[in-house]
Amino acid sequence: MGQDILLLTLIALPLVGFILTGFLGKYISKRFTVTIATLAVFSSFICALLLFNMNVKTQIVHLFNVVNFEDFKLSANFQLDALSIWMTLIITGVGTLIHVFSIGYMSHDEGIYKFFAYLNLFIFSMLLLVLGSNYFILFFGWEGVGICSYLLIGFHYSDIEKGIENSVAARKAFIMNRIGDFGLLFALFMLLNTFGTLEYAGIAAKINELKLSGLALPLVAISAITICLFIAATGKSAQIPLFTWLPDAMAGPTPVSALIHAATMVTAGIYLIVRSNFLFELAPFTKDIILYIGLATSLIAAFIAMRQSDIKKVLAYSTVSQLGLMFVALGMGAYTVALFHVTTHAFFKALLFLGSGSVIHAMSDEQDIRKMGGLAKKIPITHLTFLIGTLAISGFPFLSGFYSKDEILAHALMESPVLYGTLMIAVTLTAIYMFRLYFLVFHGKFRGGNELESHIHESGISMTFPLIVLAILSVFGGLLNLPGIFLQNQAHWFSHYLESTTAGLNEIDMHHLESNKAIILMVVASFIALGVMAWAYFNYAKKGKLAKEDNELKGWEKASNAKLYIDEAYNLLFVKPLELISKIIYTYFDILILRNGIFTIAGLIEKTGNITRKWQSGFLSSYLFWMLLSIVGLITYYVIKIQFWNY
Amino acid sequence: MTTEVNNIGTSLDFFVIVSIALFVIGAFGVLTRKNMIVLLMCIELMLNSVNLLLVTFSKYHGAADAQIFVFFIVVVAAAEATVGLSILIMAYRNRKSIDIELFNKLKD
Amino acid sequence: MSLQIISIILGSLTIASALMVVLSKHPIRSVIFLVVTFFFISSLYILMNAQFLAIVNIIVYAGAIMVLFLFVLMLLNLNKTSEPESTMLVKLSSLIAAGGLFLVLIAALKDSIQLSKTYTLKNEAIGTVESLGNLLFSKYVVPFEVSSILFIAAMVGAVLLAKREKQIID
Repeated sequence: MGQDILLLTLIALPLVGFILTGFLGKYISKRFTVTIATLAVFSSFICALLLFNMNVKTQIVHLFNVVNFEDFKLSANFQLDALSIWMTLIITGVGTLIHVFSIGYMSHDEGIYKFFAYLNLFIFSMLLLVLGSNYFILFFGWEGVGICSYLLIGFHYSDIEKGIENSVAARKAFIMNRIGDFGLLFALFMLLNTFGTLEYAGIAAKINELKLSGLALPLVAISAITICLFIAATGKSAQIPLFTWLPDAMAGPTPVSALIHAATMVTAGIYLIVRSNFLFELAPFTKDIILYIGLATSLIAAFIAMRQSDIKKVLAYSTVSQLGLMFVALGMGAYTVALFHVTTHAFFKALLFLGSGSVIHAMSDEQDIRKMGGLAKKIPITHLTFLIGTLAISGFPFLSGFYSKDEILAHALMESPVLYGTLMIAVTLTAIYMFRLYFLVFHGKFRGGNELESHIHESGISMTFPLIVLAILSVFGGLLNLPGIFLQNQAHWFSHYLESTTAGLNEIDMHHLESNKAIILMVVASFIALGVMAWAYFNYAKKGKLAKEDNELKGWEKASNAKLYIDEAYNLLFVKPLELISKIIYTYFDILILRNGIFTIAGLIEKTGNITRKWQSGFLSSYLFWMLLSIVGLITYYVIKIQFWNY
Repeated sequence: MTTEVNNIGTSLDFFVIVSIALFVIGAFGVLTRKNMIVLLMCIELMLNSVNLLLVTFSKYHGAADAQIFVFFIVVVAAAEATVGLSILIMAYRNRKSIDIELFNKLKD
Repeated sequence: MSLQIISIILGSLTIASALMVVLSKHPIRSVIFLVVTFFFISSLYILMNAQFLAIVNIIVYAGAIMVLFLFVLMLLNLNKTSEPESTMLVKLSSLIAAGGLFLVLIAALKDSIQLSKTYTLKNEAIGTVESLGNLLFSKYVVPFEVSSILFIAAMVGAVLLAKREKQIID
């Protein structure tokens, strides 16, 4: 019925928005451009809501065939099922809010039309990624978001002080993403080789066929495929070892950080793994790897976040840490729980980032938290919403983050108590650094000097409105997936919703914790959250304990501030050898062989020309001489020919 | 009136060799001499060697066509000598010399 | 027999005078030797019974063209032997080239030349004025007429080229 048209409209609208703002934005007024872009995404959101309400069964919309051979087809198909609609809702919903925020935040920027064009292009690529019905379209979207991420991070590439820094950060993000993309490509090749098709439904059907007929499954191939898919996910979702791009990507404008690096692009890795759940269920080895890497990432990132002094960097490492948590959930096979945390994380992390954007705006672009303080009374709306976000991420009881984290912890406890203990450490660290951030920014005395203090102002409605909306969502978002002790019938609505229509998810056995254990868990988590809040209040707000400069830090604080020297290690291990090899090849191969070779050939031609030029001397006798000689030669040739070969 | 064997005894091949020799001498002169007038004369010498050859061949074939051809060669040689000499006079007026090596504007 | 000796002597004398044309230092002497060469060539023609051509050769070539050459030489006073000689390299290389040409041409005729062969002549009357005239005015009348146009062109060209530019002397 109208569903396929709705779907295609949904995808096409941001693309149209990109084309209009990108090509015409320079000539039409700022207000108009901005409205077009925001309306495009908002309309996509409305379409997604409509589709969500229609409660459709899984449906595939076929657009056209890209490659069409007998035994090999690659088509542009889009899939409508619970998972993709849900992701679309998040993307377009949070995307709209961020567009609205950007209207205010980027209002004084010259290239604002470019910014909105890139944002629309990003939404389009992300929609391709989640709505594709085969890995081919997913790959398109994957690459598209990589490019948009590069364009948006390096948006202020011509800035006088920070231009080069921005470009370098953008390049770093892109290159690390590419390393992951290599994994994805490899997985695609292997998928084609093993299953002959790239469609999700097709692959799931083939696996079912093999299971039913009792033949052996290609487990080695599937393990390899899943490992490659996970490599791709580490690139996009910033896990070890490819996570160092995300903190550097904070060089981009704050709405970019909110959209791409909190709510949408980094969740692409999670989406990929959830989509391929039927493959991952057959590869327990890969799932273990995912679990441990997620755990390690979560801990390391939380540790580094403890002593960062840039407000956005704290949030960046927080994102990496939360993504680690989601990967732990995936590693345990709890796909819907991971997606629930994706949703709540999108809400509160976007809220936190936008709030930090508002703070930076109020502080006249100062980002160092050591220069902030006591902003609570001066920017009340930002303060309130930021507080809500902090409470949500720390797991304050009954907010959204509480429920999603609790689910993950519950599954961890079911797996093994050690895992649960380690996760609790990560959760505690999260609470610590988030409350540190909150108290340092909003409480205590203002440390930035009188000049900055006089400029502090609350942001306009375009920036505060999204904050309020996201705060409401952060508070009530937990209702999506309430555990069984609160509601008897409607419990775990989100899990059931996803399982109903997504391929493979309905087969995974998901058992839940028993009621009394669940209550104990919740109580423990709440205590930790409240306890940390109290400790942080005393430490930072009352006492105001804070290191002034980076070189005053000692011991573990120094290691934390210096990002555990991981960037430096990468530089030494990978970048320097590559540069050395490149230099060697340049001097020996390029210059010595190629350049000299070509110059020699050119020189030869020139020398030959010089010699033959002298032949045209203008002296008649020399011309005649050569003519005579040639005639002699010719006649000799014929004489010999006739003499010896007799014609 | 045909006679069976004519004992003129002259071998016509000798004249071919003479003609070749004359041609070669003319060629040598063209290459060596720098005086333009002598150059033109050597060219006439070469033309005459060809004439001799043609007459020899007409005697071989017993047809007079080659001699008509010689006639026309003489005509053309006359015309060519005339025009060549007028060009030489003009060149002499320009350069005041008839050394052929001074006329090397063909170089470029 | 004696005819053969006469032809050999005349042939060698032709070659000798041609050599003198090329090798002599004075341009006037070259002209005189060329005239002598023409006379010898005409004698060779007579040996072959090409009577008309022999006379035409003398009248046109030796009588008209060579006189023209002499005129030019005298009028422009080019008799001086101050003409620089070609270098040894030039002389050597032209000798090699010309000698090579001679050898090659002779070699080309190697198998077909027999110096002592005599021929049976079919028609002795070729070369007389009547036979030539018959041919000229029947078969080759068009080239004959065209050659008159050629002469006109040559005359016009010569006059135009050699005319002295009008000096504005007044």
